[in-house]
Amino acid sequence: MNIDQKRRVESIIALSLSTLAALSGLFWLVFILGDVLVRGIGALKLALFLNDPTPAGVAGGGLRNAFIGQLMITGVATLIGVPIGVLGGTFLAEYARGTKLARSISILSDIMVSVPSIVVGTFIYAIMVKPIGHFNGWAGAAALAVIMIPVVLRTTEDMLSLVPWTLREAAFALGAPYYKVIIQVVYRGAATGILTGILLSIARVAGETAPLLFTSFNNSFMSTDMRGPLASLTASIFQYAMGPYEDWHVQAWGASFVITVFILLITIAGRLIIKWRYK
Amino acid sequence: MPIIDRRNTFDFTFSLITAFASAVVVLLIAGILVVLIRESSLSLGQFGVVNFLKSTDWDPVKENFGAATTIFGTFVTTALALLIAIPIAIGIAIFVTEISPNFLKEPIGIAIELLAAIPSIIYGMWGLFTLAPIMSKYIEPILKKSLGSIPLVGLLFTGTPMGIDMLTASVIMSIMIIPFTASISRDSFNLTPEVVKESAYAIGATKWEVVKNVVLPYSKLGIYGGISLSLGRALGETMAVAFVLGNNHQITASLFNAAATITVTLANEFTEADKDIYLSSLFYLALILFIISFIVLALAKFFLLKAERKYSR
Repeated sequence: MNIDQKRRVESIIALSLSTLAALSGLFWLVFILGDVLVRGIGALKLALFLNDPTPAGVAGGGLRNAFIGQLMITGVATLIGVPIGVLGGTFLAEYARGTKLARSISILSDIMVSVPSIVVGTFIYAIMVKPIGHFNGWAGAAALAVIMIPVVLRTTEDMLSLVPWTLREAAFALGAPYYKVIIQVVYRGAATGILTGILLSIARVAGETAPLLFTSFNNSFMSTDMRGPLASLTASIFQYAMGPYEDWHVQAWGASFVITVFILLITIAGRLIIKWRYK
Repeated sequence: MPIIDRRNTFDFTFSLITAFASAVVVLLIAGILVVLIRESSLSLGQFGVVNFLKSTDWDPVKENFGAATTIFGTFVTTALALLIAIPIAIGIAIFVTEISPNFLKEPIGIAIELLAAIPSIIYGMWGLFTLAPIMSKYIEPILKKSLGSIPLVGLLFTGTPMGIDMLTASVIMSIMIIPFTASISRDSFNLTPEVVKESAYAIGATKWEVVKNVVLPYSKLGIYGGISLSLGRALGETMAVAFVLGNNHQITASLFNAAATITVTLANEFTEADKDIYLSSLFYLALILFIISFIVLALAKFFLLKAERKYSR
């Protein structure tokens, strides 16, 4: 074989391997999603949503308490995390635009986005659970908010930066103070982007388990009291999947199905909105 | 300096509110560091730094703690996961940018992003109920038969394949981190100027030679950034491995053995720690994890910023 043929064969082999790699990526996605969907649909019964957990081993229980707890924790986390994130992003993109301070905070937020979520859990445990002496829903919400803030902050900063500077100048020229320009001009221009960022950040925290394990913990009973331990879907999945009962496993698959579909729908919707708005 | 206008009271107040909101991120990072140091001070005082890192003890009964076993577990699973994930991720990026027909680029990109969006607990559950049985029944016995008899390498594949072990954990982790490396590599590949690639084709280079000698060197910084980011994610991954690692504090050569990582130890033992020194040692582990992943993520950011500067020139 001469050198030309050798080079051509080498190229074909390398490119085939790349194609295989891409196929394997798709394979895992289909495998995991298919598994969750197939096993999950079988577990979707009305009882899963309407009943509270039964004593271990007794059939017919559901996860109503976990669905409600999850909504409360995620909801409160959103109420705390979104305003702080949006306002913080506003500072970086507007008042501090282009300064070293803004760049440093932006870099720190990027790092904070990927900090292990379980470390955030231990941090919140130390300041919100240990002093009180028992697990509570507020702590779970706070842990999720801590994870949410840098995500919302960075997307807001990026989205505000996309609004053309001339638009602001036009408003300045009419004599508007900066805060009015931001609220009435810049926020309007970037509204779709910011909302999408918020949606994606909710998807991000809705599947978090590690930070809830020692903050809101879990609760086998129906509770809406944020001052006490609160059940969440993800913590329940962990407990049920690790438990010995087949009935628990089925319910865990059902809960996994609901949470996966919820997160994937939000993620796809977010991508579509961004594509539709910014292309 | 930030533009802050004191003449208009409303504007001044609003600018202060936003400034404070952005300071929250800095306060949180500082707060996590301070709180973790304070909480681990008891263990820090008793075991010191070097001793704690070196000691393989993890004995809640005798109240003797060391981080070596969990750091070992964290390091081995992460390294193995990266070893599996990086070639696949770069292969995906090559496929999407150089090989794939245009109509396939978008769907594959979305599929990879969806893989990143699936919560880690779903990976964990899937790993426990689906992947672990497959590993113990088919893949691990094959590995044991084929590679187990080779000297030295064989040591990695000894013992009974149970499926609940470091190998399974690494495979799940690798699936989780493929999207990060793949999407960042794809973005940096796309930044290679067409002219440079075309000049390589013009002197008769094959497609693979263009990728190997032009695209890969050009996007080196972006790839390093993607790998560091994946490493940072893998170090802190908890739920995906908590199900299949077994949480056994030991240092062994065989990948068929259960092990413990820092994250899995925290997830399993934090709520059970009944003594102050036990809890303090767990906080100490969290502190070590926080510092390591912070450094790795900062490095990732450094590479990506450097790449950004290079391409924008």
